[in-house]
Amino acid sequence: MITIFIIVAVSIGYLYSNNRSNGRPIKLGLDLQGGMHLVLEVDDPDGTFTDSARADHIDRAERILRTRIDQFGVQEPLIQKVGSDRILIELPGIQDEARAKELIQATAFLEFKLVLPGTELEPSLARMDRAVVSALGEDSILAMGRIAEAPSETQDLEAILFGGADSAAAGDSAQAPDSVRAPEEEAAALPDSASEPPPGAQLRPFTALLNQGDGLGIYFVAEADVEMARQFLALPEVQVAIPRDLTLQWGADPVGIGAQTWRRLYILEYPAFLTGDYLESAVANRDPQYNQPLVHFQLNRQGGRRFADFTGQHVNDFLAIVLDGEVMSAPVIRDRIGASGQIELSNSPMEEARDLALVLRAGALNAPLAIMEERTVGPSLGQDSIDAGIMAGIVGLVLVVGIMLGYYRMAGLLALAALSIYVILVMGGLAAIDATLTVPGIAGLILSVGMAVDANVLIFERIREELLAGRATRTAVDEGFGNALSAIVDANLTTLITALILLQVGTGPVKGFAVTLSIGIVASFFSAIFVTRTLFLLYLHGKKTADPISI
Amino acid sequence: MRIFSDAHFSFIEKRKSAYFLSGALLLAAIGAMVTNVALIGSWQDYGVDFTGGSLIQVRFEGSMTAGELRDALGGSTAPAITRFGAENEFTIRAPVLEDASVDEVRQQLEDEIGVAFGSGSFEVVRADLVGAKVGDELQRLAALAIILSFFLTLIYIAFRFELRFGIAAIIATVHDIMLTLGFLALFRVEIALPTVAALLTIVGYSLNDTIVVFDRVRENLDRKGGRKEDQELLVNRSINETLPRTVLTSGTTLAVLLALFILGGAVIRDFTMVLILGVIIGTYSSIFVASPALLEIQKRWGTGDDKEKEKARRRRKSASVPV
Repeated sequence: MITIFIIVAVSIGYLYSNNRSNGRPIKLGLDLQGGMHLVLEVDDPDGTFTDSARADHIDRAERILRTRIDQFGVQEPLIQKVGSDRILIELPGIQDEARAKELIQATAFLEFKLVLPGTELEPSLARMDRAVVSALGEDSILAMGRIAEAPSETQDLEAILFGGADSAAAGDSAQAPDSVRAPEEEAAALPDSASEPPPGAQLRPFTALLNQGDGLGIYFVAEADVEMARQFLALPEVQVAIPRDLTLQWGADPVGIGAQTWRRLYILEYPAFLTGDYLESAVANRDPQYNQPLVHFQLNRQGGRRFADFTGQHVNDFLAIVLDGEVMSAPVIRDRIGASGQIELSNSPMEEARDLALVLRAGALNAPLAIMEERTVGPSLGQDSIDAGIMAGIVGLVLVVGIMLGYYRMAGLLALAALSIYVILVMGGLAAIDATLTVPGIAGLILSVGMAVDANVLIFERIREELLAGRATRTAVDEGFGNALSAIVDANLTTLITALILLQVGTGPVKGFAVTLSIGIVASFFSAIFVTRTLFLLYLHGKKTADPISI
Repeated sequence: MRIFSDAHFSFIEKRKSAYFLSGALLLAAIGAMVTNVALIGSWQDYGVDFTGGSLIQVRFEGSMTAGELRDALGGSTAPAITRFGAENEFTIRAPVLEDASVDEVRQQLEDEIGVAFGSGSFEVVRADLVGAKVGDELQRLAALAIILSFFLTLIYIAFRFELRFGIAAIIATVHDIMLTLGFLALFRVEIALPTVAALLTIVGYSLNDTIVVFDRVRENLDRKGGRKEDQELLVNRSINETLPRTVLTSGTTLAVLLALFILGGAVIRDFTMVLILGVIIGTYSSIFVASPALLEIQKRWGTGDDKEKEKARRRRKSASVPV
């Protein structure tokens, strides 16, 4: 009796404290209240990472995502490692899914790289062209069109860069920005390799896409050609042809000049001299002059020293600020720069600057993450399920109450009292282990309610049998409980075995089912054996052993 | 009031008809699955949880028909579209494309619907995007869970009862799962993760039911002279004795499930349907499959090895000793 009181009190206590801290006694799953469920994995389609490297990336990613999501401000998020190579994220009640996904997937890898003059790349251009030709075959390149023939030796830089045979491209370039300056170095360093083209190098597929840009070490590529150029650059053969100490990276935003839209392609020093690891803080701000959003960042002491040294040595050079492989901007270094700088986000909403500042503060992921699984439930659907579920639950409950009272009368009432205690115990159990109630979880509850009812039915039927056999009331009750026990124990234990296996093996929804079922079975066992029995003994108390009972 | 309080149905005598019925249903179940393999390429209509792919559920502001939506998404090449619950709500199920990330497929579908009907005319109320790799793992884990639970249940029952009880219980449970799967295959009910939870619930329920009957068989066997009694009569008596409980429990469970099915909303409708089916099949099998199976095993291989006979003798002895 006292045990029952204590256990019920503890259950209610858990429910109450959860209600206080979460605003709800039991956490509801995303399928019931709406939200987003994501499973992420290191994006590695070619399998280049070792298992341990992948595990390291995921460990770091888990920490960083936790920081990002905490700062984003989601109520009760779940961020959890699954196995050694996956992260599970659950964001209940999220409204802007697209933004949340961007925030999670952003690698936020910030790098500072020196912009190199075109002379650094030009000796390799011919080799890159040849690599494209040998990788794709002449025919397919000819089929693409817009490709320049190899220029003769007498042709000048303009012809090479603008594609001698492609008059359309050359025509476009005539309207190219007036800021175009052809640096003497570039002209002087005309590739020697072009003078002795090896056989099969008649085509210049890559070079033909390049146009003179608006600064040293910057090419313009027509927006329509960007995809093709990206494909060329992604070819392993071309990658090998690029000198080791430089890298080609695209500008983040297109540049519109007249009717033509261009994309900048930067020649950058490799590797970066400084990365976002040295970042101390990042704040979103608005550029006072142009009213554009920007992110102001502050480097830590070590990073600041390095930054100052480097910029001091490279006054008048250009410094590229690269975020996730895209050049955000490349301002000229006018003077030695201290420990702070800014990233400009032209034509972006302020919100984006705020998100960028947030991900920069939280730190960069070592490797991009791919979404393996995504489940979103809109808040409206969640509410519909809850309403329907509650309605159905109430009707179901009324049916059970009706059957039990109609069939077992007073004993039915005792069983219902025991069942209400069962419900409190299950809820308290779920609250105690901080479990989440999902649709499959409700299924587990139904099964365990069924078993709790069944246990009572087994006992009552047994008592009736004993009464029919002519036993005295008190004896019949004792025998009934005793004889029903083995069936209840075996039935509950076998189901518990299944539930525990599911708990071990299952993920997500199956696990939800297993959790409620396990708790439900334990509670049902307790309520049928102890609670019903205690109530029965109370009911019999004061009755003579031969008095009839209502069952 | 007491239903079936003194029942004397001859269930066991009629077991031949039950074998015939179960056999026919099992054949139909296998037939339905084989037909599915021929028509849709898999045993069941696996949902995106298992195959990978994307499922989005859209709710339109105005009225919409599946046909209109199908036309907007490419007519004959459109992904599978099903109406879901309300008039203007649909689920669209698209396979995952090579090289495309799971959310690209969703974006593409949303764009296409937006172009056809206007971007403000609908709301995505649910989206499930599952990579193919995840789906494979789920399928493997679900199968593993079921097999493992069979194995441990068998051991437990062999320990608490006797081995033949365990085998008979597993036979009945396999029977129940096969029939349910056959039904799902026949009506091409989409197999999603909650469906797996429902199947597991059936395993639990079926075992529960069977064990209650077996518990009574065990008790009657352990009574004085129980082993010498005609086993068919004994098992039949046990079934009849537990009949009031069987009917009442199944009835109560069915009543709750029907309430959930009718009022519980579209999200859990498939799920409750599987459960209702499972309760009916499970109740049937505990009487007509599990108990006859127990008898057949007994007839063919006896009641167990010598050790078990010894155990039974000891049990009988202790039962006859007055305490």
